[in-house]
Amino acid sequence: MPAFESILALVQNACTHTPPVVDDNASPKAIVVAAEDLMPVAQQLFASPETYFDMLSCVTGIDNGPAANTMEVAYNLYSIPFHTHLMLKVKVSREKPEVASLSSLWKTASWQEREIFDMYGIHFTGHPDLRRILMPEDWEGHPLRKDYTHQGYYRDIKVAY
Amino acid sequence: MPTDHIQYKSHPGNLTRSVPYKFDAEQLHSEEMIVNLGPQHPSTHGVLRLEVLMEGEIVKDVVPHIGYLHRCFEKHAENLPYNQVIPFVDRLDYVASMNSEHAYAMGVERMLGIEHQIPKRVEYVRVMVAELNRIASHFIAIGTYGMDIGAFTPFFWLMRDREHILRMLEWASGARLLYNYIWIGGLFYDLPIGFEERCQQFITYIRPKLVELDTVLLQNKIFVQRTANVGVLPLDLAINGGVTGPMLRASGLRFDLRRVDGYSVYPELDFDVPIGEGKMGAVGDCWDRTSVRVQEIHESLKILEQCVAKLTGEHKRTRDFDPQALVPKKIRPKAQDLYVRAEIPKGELGFFFRADGRNDIAFRCKCRSCSFVNLSILPEISKGILIADLIAIIGSIDVVMGEVDR
Repeated sequence: MPAFESILALVQNACTHTPPVVDDNASPKAIVVAAEDLMPVAQQLFASPETYFDMLSCVTGIDNGPAANTMEVAYNLYSIPFHTHLMLKVKVSREKPEVASLSSLWKTASWQEREIFDMYGIHFTGHPDLRRILMPEDWEGHPLRKDYTHQGYYRDIKVAY
Repeated sequence: MPTDHIQYKSHPGNLTRSVPYKFDAEQLHSEEMIVNLGPQHPSTHGVLRLEVLMEGEIVKDVVPHIGYLHRCFEKHAENLPYNQVIPFVDRLDYVASMNSEHAYAMGVERMLGIEHQIPKRVEYVRVMVAELNRIASHFIAIGTYGMDIGAFTPFFWLMRDREHILRMLEWASGARLLYNYIWIGGLFYDLPIGFEERCQQFITYIRPKLVELDTVLLQNKIFVQRTANVGVLPLDLAINGGVTGPMLRASGLRFDLRRVDGYSVYPELDFDVPIGEGKMGAVGDCWDRTSVRVQEIHESLKILEQCVAKLTGEHKRTRDFDPQALVPKKIRPKAQDLYVRAEIPKGELGFFFRADGRNDIAFRCKCRSCSFVNLSILPEISKGILIADLIAIIGSIDVVMGEVDR
């Protein structure tokens, strides 16, 4: 079972832009990486035999609100053979949120990223099929953003009830 | 409001605008056609809409369109105190509410740091009602699956037997399906007097019925021919696709969070984790998935028996036992991110919480629903099959649209 330190060392090696930051205030323990480094880090964690994170349990989008002006994507990784958990977090700006898509590594990321795109408007570069998934195609805005206000009418149907 | 007020103005564009298709009818090759299944179709288990690209009777591609039952769970959870979210959690997987409640309550308790202080009796009651609900959910899964592919009788038998469970849970909580019974830090009420005995009677009653079910459905020649070697999900694809629950186990991995994580009192209980063995065809086919569910009912009955023994013996009811003793008056976890997961009948139900430490309302509460993730693998395993097999595969995934769309 790989210790958190060895996973961190692996992540540090994979990061070329900004060194990763450990977030102790998370359970499982989280590593915050820069958005540009996400793909190499994820590739390393996925393929490396010491970590072997074969399962991507959950992808979460978080909006920190207009005051903080950031959005986050949190990835919950799990390794079935080693029984280890890891949270990876990426912070992006609210104006032009762009994160690399991990669906080429884990197929499960595909729909979960589509959901985040739908709810937060975070664009996942390299996603094979980035369409809205829960809301209608022509819905305005991204409902889970903190400053979201719904449109008055959707195709002549009053939205407020 | 004036009577001539029409809320919805019709214009012809709406007919084509409202349902986006991924495939363009103009771009199809000859012999190809688009078939639209759902959202109102009995074999899709709710409002699942499938856009199927067909060539004759062969399915070339499937595109699920979901969201017809979207009820904004995550937005609600960001606007309500933690304890008031539980009724919404019920409505995620509405045929196994107790299991979802258990997962949610566990997550909030872990954030508050009271997870290990919960009285043993409370935990045993939680496990007991959750396992009862797991059996009820598997009954639905197996019964409706049989009906999808033409077996009518098992559906009625299973609905009849499920009724016993629903009445028991109604007795305990006051509701048939959406219980709000497991609270953060405890339970709504203690079990009604006589519940444990009735549970024991139910176990004795149901065991022979499961033998009947095995004969009439699982060993049935038609059923075997419709499900064996159909929709084979290889293990590597299952793991890569995030598939969990009976679907993953049917593909041959002994992976059950009740064992792996050992949450609640599951480490103290003795039960097996059944896996698919490919008895009728390849490992991970539709027959294996159904068979795993049937075997899991047997294991749940084992757990129930042990719970009854504990609840009438070591942790029996006492006059001064208050199941709400640990329920916090104010639920304000310190600032943190937390991911919690638990095994519900369909797979791994996860909740991602972010608490800001200043509020009794979650800053973010994401629900990682197993039906959603399990459904996402459908296009992968249904290329090049017949359309009748597509129906068989959808049923074997056991999706509940309330949980897919949240």
